[in-house]
Amino acid sequence: MVNNESEMSDVSKEIEQLQDPGAAPHVLRHADTDPKAEKRAERQVAILFTLSGLSSLLLIYSYVFVATDVFIFIPVMGDQNAHQLGLGLGMAFSLLFLGMGAIHWAKTLMPETEVVNYRHEFRSSDEDRDELVKTVKHAAAEVKLGRRSLIKRSLGFSLGLFALPPVLLLRDLGPLPKKLLESTSWKAGTRLVTDPGNRPILASDLEVGAVVQTLPALAEGTERLLSDVAKDPVLLIRLRPEDFQLTPEKLAMTHDGIIAFSKICSHMGCAVALYEQQTKHLLCPCHQSTFDVTRGAKVIFGPAARPLPQLDITVDDQGYLIARAPFSEPVGPSFWERNSQ
Amino acid sequence: MTTAEQRLGNAANFVDERIGAAGWVKKSLNKVFPDHWSFMLGEVCMYSFVILLLSGTFLALWFDPSQRDVIYDGVYEPLKGIKMSAAYASTLDISFEIRGGLLMRQIHHWAANIFMAAIVAHLLRVFFTGAFRKPREFNWILGILLLTLGFVEGLFGYSLPDDLLSGTGLRITSAIIQAIPLVGTYVSFFLFGGEFPGVGFLPRIFTLHILLIPGAFLAVITIHVMLVWYQKHTQFPGPGRTEKNVVGHPILPVYMAKAGGFFFIVFGIIAFLSAVASINPIWLYGPYTPGQISAGSQPDWYMGWLDGLVRMSPPLETHAFGHTISWNIMIPALIVPGIVFTGMAFYPFIESWITGDKREHHLLDRPRNVPNRTALGVMSITFVMVALINGGNDIFATNFHLSINEIMWFSRISIFVLPPLAFVITKRLCLSLQRADRDLVLHGLETGRLVRMPSGEFVEVHAPISDQKRFILTSHEQAPALEFSATDARGVKRPGAIKNKVRSRLSKAHAVGLPKVSAEDLKEIEHH
Repeated sequence: MVNNESEMSDVSKEIEQLQDPGAAPHVLRHADTDPKAEKRAERQVAILFTLSGLSSLLLIYSYVFVATDVFIFIPVMGDQNAHQLGLGLGMAFSLLFLGMGAIHWAKTLMPETEVVNYRHEFRSSDEDRDELVKTVKHAAAEVKLGRRSLIKRSLGFSLGLFALPPVLLLRDLGPLPKKLLESTSWKAGTRLVTDPGNRPILASDLEVGAVVQTLPALAEGTERLLSDVAKDPVLLIRLRPEDFQLTPEKLAMTHDGIIAFSKICSHMGCAVALYEQQTKHLLCPCHQSTFDVTRGAKVIFGPAARPLPQLDITVDDQGYLIARAPFSEPVGPSFWERNSQ
Repeated sequence: MTTAEQRLGNAANFVDERIGAAGWVKKSLNKVFPDHWSFMLGEVCMYSFVILLLSGTFLALWFDPSQRDVIYDGVYEPLKGIKMSAAYASTLDISFEIRGGLLMRQIHHWAANIFMAAIVAHLLRVFFTGAFRKPREFNWILGILLLTLGFVEGLFGYSLPDDLLSGTGLRITSAIIQAIPLVGTYVSFFLFGGEFPGVGFLPRIFTLHILLIPGAFLAVITIHVMLVWYQKHTQFPGPGRTEKNVVGHPILPVYMAKAGGFFFIVFGIIAFLSAVASINPIWLYGPYTPGQISAGSQPDWYMGWLDGLVRMSPPLETHAFGHTISWNIMIPALIVPGIVFTGMAFYPFIESWITGDKREHHLLDRPRNVPNRTALGVMSITFVMVALINGGNDIFATNFHLSINEIMWFSRISIFVLPPLAFVITKRLCLSLQRADRDLVLHGLETGRLVRMPSGEFVEVHAPISDQKRFILTSHEQAPALEFSATDARGVKRPGAIKNKVRSRLSKAHAVGLPKVSAEDLKEIEHH
């Protein structure tokens, strides 16, 4: 053992250590002394291995003969699928008994005296180290790398550029973000439709206290992309108009007590799906950010730093709810390019 | 010689004449492994990894990682006719139509949870017993690397079925990536192949999950185990055990039988859990769509503490110069875990800098004999536990009828208060345990037998402990704290005064302990 640090002193050497008494005398097992016990242990191991084999048979039986839709009642567990349970327990017990048999064998019948090995020091001998240094130095001197600066520099240039293509080649993994995160499918005049159902919503159909999840109406013959569903969902909530405590601009974005928010959490983008009618709070189930609907989805608790964006809504000439304007800010979680001004 | 022996001998001869393996194999089979229950924790990691490979290969035979839309037309009635990804539909097929598929899915998921739990338990064992000290620092770092890989592999694994819960996890993952300043949005678009949820993410993480990361795992685990083999296992102190030897059972036959048997036990327990305890019933969650969510969304347990940190974070964002920095995501999801993992990786070097100890150590520490390290460990566990509790705050709130806001505030305060408190309490406990050891060596065991002396005095009879036990309780080292004088012999101020001051303060805290019993103490007691 090497001690390079001079400041390290070992007090335990200054006090007198207790003598190592050596290992306690070896105690023989039953099976070591009593042939009957030895036979018994042998039988136990054999029984365990046999049980393992039988369990495998249970698995095979369940796989081949038990239909997948048979249910049996097991106390505590209730109704269980017999096929699945037979497969699972068959496999579990065949493995468990096999393992138990092997360990029981080792513990009762195999030699259990402890053996001593000796450790070697990991540090190479000084001669080996010197040899290595000499070899490396010799090779370096032969190559004359230190003096061939032209080669050295051009090699650096080559290796540096060599490292670039692999990164560049990954470029086509995806499109550039452009301004995609900043827009949604909502446009001025887009109808709000129910999700699911895609039915337009009459403002007069919403009662006070009602909550509806909506999406923008689809143009004929177009499909809804999941990436749009990740940004477009809007929650409609109808309150009594006197419940609102909004700035005049935000109040103007509501329609007759109906207020519309992006359902995508401004924290990490989960769907803000829990609405509590009593308190008029919206709660995100992911990280418990809580938004107060009466105050324009202001964050009143949790990690979200921004209110849910509010959608400016009104009704068209048939009385269906429509967006008066697109969202005025990006919905969903923050990102570096997001300009909040 | 029997025919069987002859055949075996011929085969061995064939191999040995070509690669000369006899010498190495002979040496290896005589290799000694010390026995202790805690040394099995690393084995559990390795075995559950093997189980993951086996069950994962089975699942990959049927799983289709594609995100293309399909209309479900399988045997599971409630989802019939619903639009979903091929990934989710094939997971349903594996669960309901492939016989044994559900069992394999359950085994795969249970094994993943147990794999991570075993890694953490193994890491704690290595930490608290000081097994990471010289010459095993490399292996400690490889272990941290395996733990980190485990987090990523686990996240990818439970994201693949593309059910509502796993999609929610990916939504959060993409938000974390987006929160990285400058490059976040680009990285997210490249990884997902466009705007979340993209079209390419599942096939990509599938390749990573079944090929690249398992390959990395295999490579690192191989080096990890080879280093254990080459450097020989550490052992607990005891009579007959020194820094220069290793005492235990040879590989053949005892260790091999026990370890082999233990593999089947681990596999059996995982299979049993899978048979009786349902995990991740994806058919109940439904296919992923970003507009929906289920209440009580929870990640797998090892991610819980990170989620808990994110939940408790204050609502901080900086808006400046047309850019947004989300501190509420970066601090809990990137910065704190970064510090935790880097700190863990460097810990062996930090401790050796504090103690000035550069020697090899093959005898393990009993945690009580290194109070500072033990306290630091318990402090870290407390930190993670508080975060984990907060990660399940919605579950606690609904099950115990508590207010979610109060749990959150409890965690926000506790994350700062409880870890230091745990440090102080643990350190005190260690010192008390040292005192108990000292009493045991000096006065023996309390037998509970009271004897009345002729003088009328009552005394309790103490039974002496065995020489072996006495040796175990006194064989640890007690190194003194490092001391630096601010000036050298000529009275000139030394450079690095502040560094030395910090170092000696830390070293002093690390060296705190009760003086252990020496041979002189015992002799003195015998004279009385």
